Amino acid sequence: MLRLVPDDTKIPFMGWRRVTFAVSVVLMTISLALWAISGINFGIDFTGGNLIEVRHKGGPADIAAVRSTIGKLDLGEAQVQGFGQPDDVMIRLPQQEGGDAAQQVALAKVKDALGDTYEIRRTEVVGPSVSADLRRDGAIAVAVSLFLVLVYLWFRFEWQFAVGAVLTTVHDVLLTMGVIIAFQLQFDLQSLAAVLTIVGYSLNDTVVIYDRIRENLRKYKKMPLAELIDLSINQTLSRTIATTLTTFLAVLALFVFGGEALRGFNFTMLVGIIIGTYSSIVVSAPLLIFLNLRTGGGESAASDKAAPVASKAKA
Amino acid sequence: MLYFSRWKIIAIVILCLAGILLTIPNFFSREQLSHLPGWIPKRQMTLGLDLQGGSNVLLEVDSQGIVKDRLEVLRDDVRRVLREDRIGYTGLGIQGNTVQVRVSDAAQTDRARGKLEGLIQNLADSLLGGNRVFDITVESPEPGVFRLSLTQAGIDYRIRRAVEQSIEVIRRRVDQLGTTEPLIARQGANRILVQVPGLQDTDRLKNILQQTARLTFHMVEEVGAGALQGTKSADTEVLYSTDDPPVPVLVQRRAMLTGEELVDAQASFDQRTNEAVVSFRFDTSGAQKFALISQQNVGRPFAIVLDKDVISYPTIREPILGGSGQISGNFTIQSANDLALLLRAGALPANLTIVEERTVGPGLGADSIEAGKLATAVGTVAVIAFMTASYGLLGLFANLAMIINVCFTFAILSALGATLSLPGIAGIVLSIGMAVDANVLIYERVREEQKLGRSAISAIDTGFTRAIGTITDSNLTTLIAAAVLFFLGTGPIRGFAVTLAIGNITSFFTAVTVTRLMVALWVRHYRPARVPL
Repeated sequence: MLRLVPDDTKIPFMGWRRVTFAVSVVLMTISLALWAISGINFGIDFTGGNLIEVRHKGGPADIAAVRSTIGKLDLGEAQVQGFGQPDDVMIRLPQQEGGDAAQQVALAKVKDALGDTYEIRRTEVVGPSVSADLRRDGAIAVAVSLFLVLVYLWFRFEWQFAVGAVLTTVHDVLLTMGVIIAFQLQFDLQSLAAVLTIVGYSLNDTVVIYDRIRENLRKYKKMPLAELIDLSINQTLSRTIATTLTTFLAVLALFVFGGEALRGFNFTMLVGIIIGTYSSIVVSAPLLIFLNLRTGGGESAASDKAAPVASKAKA
Repeated sequence: MLYFSRWKIIAIVILCLAGILLTIPNFFSREQLSHLPGWIPKRQMTLGLDLQGGSNVLLEVDSQGIVKDRLEVLRDDVRRVLREDRIGYTGLGIQGNTVQVRVSDAAQTDRARGKLEGLIQNLADSLLGGNRVFDITVESPEPGVFRLSLTQAGIDYRIRRAVEQSIEVIRRRVDQLGTTEPLIARQGANRILVQVPGLQDTDRLKNILQQTARLTFHMVEEVGAGALQGTKSADTEVLYSTDDPPVPVLVQRRAMLTGEELVDAQASFDQRTNEAVVSFRFDTSGAQKFALISQQNVGRPFAIVLDKDVISYPTIREPILGGSGQISGNFTIQSANDLALLLRAGALPANLTIVEERTVGPGLGADSIEAGKLATAVGTVAVIAFMTASYGLLGLFANLAMIINVCFTFAILSALGATLSLPGIAGIVLSIGMAVDANVLIYERVREEQKLGRSAISAIDTGFTRAIGTITDSNLTTLIAAAVLFFLGTGPIRGFAVTLAIGNITSFFTAVTVTRLMVALWVRHYRPARVPL
């Protein structure tokens, strides 16, 4: 039978934790720096504006011609680009001054200018009042889901697990955003859904490993924490890889065959699955050491809060 | 863990068959369905607008306009009641959300107060009863000065009413377009969502949605350049005709008749000019009024005004007694038809703005369906291949459970009459990938237990028991994320969240029940010494 991971692996993940932590911190810093420098390429869901997808009737589209036609309309900095098949063109207009009605006027102008040789495949018009709402709702959605997960895990596990899981999730969201920014992918409602799904997926992965750590904490009361975490990760490794692979394969099918409309979503998911798997193995578990989780399971670690983190980690 | 009573087995099998049965209709077209035997369920998932093409328009009721209109009416009411009672006043005007007025004669303040307080309306009867809700408050900050303010409760009430009425009017308008299954629903406090599947001409839809279509008939004082010089009075106003260039028309502010008094409107042809016109008929009281006014004003023009635009200003040649008439004004057949439609459906109580519009052409929708089908098929096959390669016979059990799981997802979506959108397909595909996770967790655990030296049956038993706790935790966290997506998301994101959540719940059931049953039956029948993992 196919074995992706050999039985009884003894990979010393904890021994690498300083390296992997450093890598994660560097990656997070890069993400934040990119965020600060180039910013998120928000789609029209969040900025307002127009998105028009057209297909040239008969043969490949002349993107340069479309660009100059749109350019003459005086509608601000329009983006005109090809995508998918050679006859498809995507036009994106920035939000027009003058409120919700002005966006409609701009759409009508573009339709008129393109004339009959282009089939209008899809239009999206988001007015300023809606885009502001969507931005706010999006931020609330991420915050609320993290909070609820924190509460749930806090009830099911010790607090260190809850904090560790949420920190890991924040790490995953940051790195995913970093990739989105680095590739200058458009961040729209779909990407937001992808990020939230990654939150769910990454947590799923983390929780499985945490579950095993908790179980082993009860089983091996004397084992040093670092060793115990290594054991737990190795025990769950083949499951982690198998699930990642099936999920990755399913989403890969969507990415390759699912069409243009969901490409951004699926790309974000693929990236997120990799990041989520990486973090659940080398970030979430070692975090427990830094958070002062003690062997013995049920015992509270809160009383030792004052103790220096480094000395605890060695214990 | 491996023991199943006979009844439990039967119940699980029946449930699985029911799931498959409810899924079947989705694989047939509607015509094919009508030929199938009657015992097969016929409910299908509806395809979202992104898959079948169509328009999605979000409209917002102009709340500020409603407040402004209400304030103007209030100001006119104040003027009217004070005039009726010959109470002298100065400084009548609108400031923010209040109408302010100063009564000149101190002796008449009390009488004025009584009159102004008479303008207060109690809205509570039409709300929930019980508490009284007044639409305005009357205050007197200093002797002789009165301030009439709109209450927030009153404003909210009027906005809510306007949204409700608008939904009614929009429904009548969209129904007349003859498209199938339009969805018209309120969203939030002041927005209305209109979804029209399969519509080609979105510009026409938008036109029909946005026109207020308030039709009024006014007596004309003056037409042309003279209208602009006419003595400015509070009773008249200048409107412009729809001609090119527009002609100014001085009309009486008060409408002699309104569109509410129409009973019918139809597009037709004027026999003499061969022009498209809209002919209309008044109800009984409207016809009487029209007859009286036209008798008194033979030889004078009157204006037919639609949303502040003068469509035409015919001269009354003879008294119009039949209660019907026609509007001409450079119509095409389509625009005459649309105006007739709007008049039949009635006027909107407030202005509506399009704040969001998403339209997908039918060609793109068809492409998306094909892509979605292909992706689902490829994804499923890839997962099945991987599971079989990794876990052999038990992998096959997991695959079977996964397929049943997809059937359950389809069955629940069909039973709910849910809408399947492109992100919904993504949710299903993602849950296919994650559905086998529960089985992976179980099988890996069985492997471990077996390695620790347990017998086949004992390893399977412990594997299932131990894994269930983990599965619960991991599924619940995904479910939390899906729930948040559902409650805070809109449209397409909700579709994704629904399919992900349903897939998550059903996969929990299939993994811990259906797979377990299959494994248990296999163990009971073959009594293997080792689990082939």
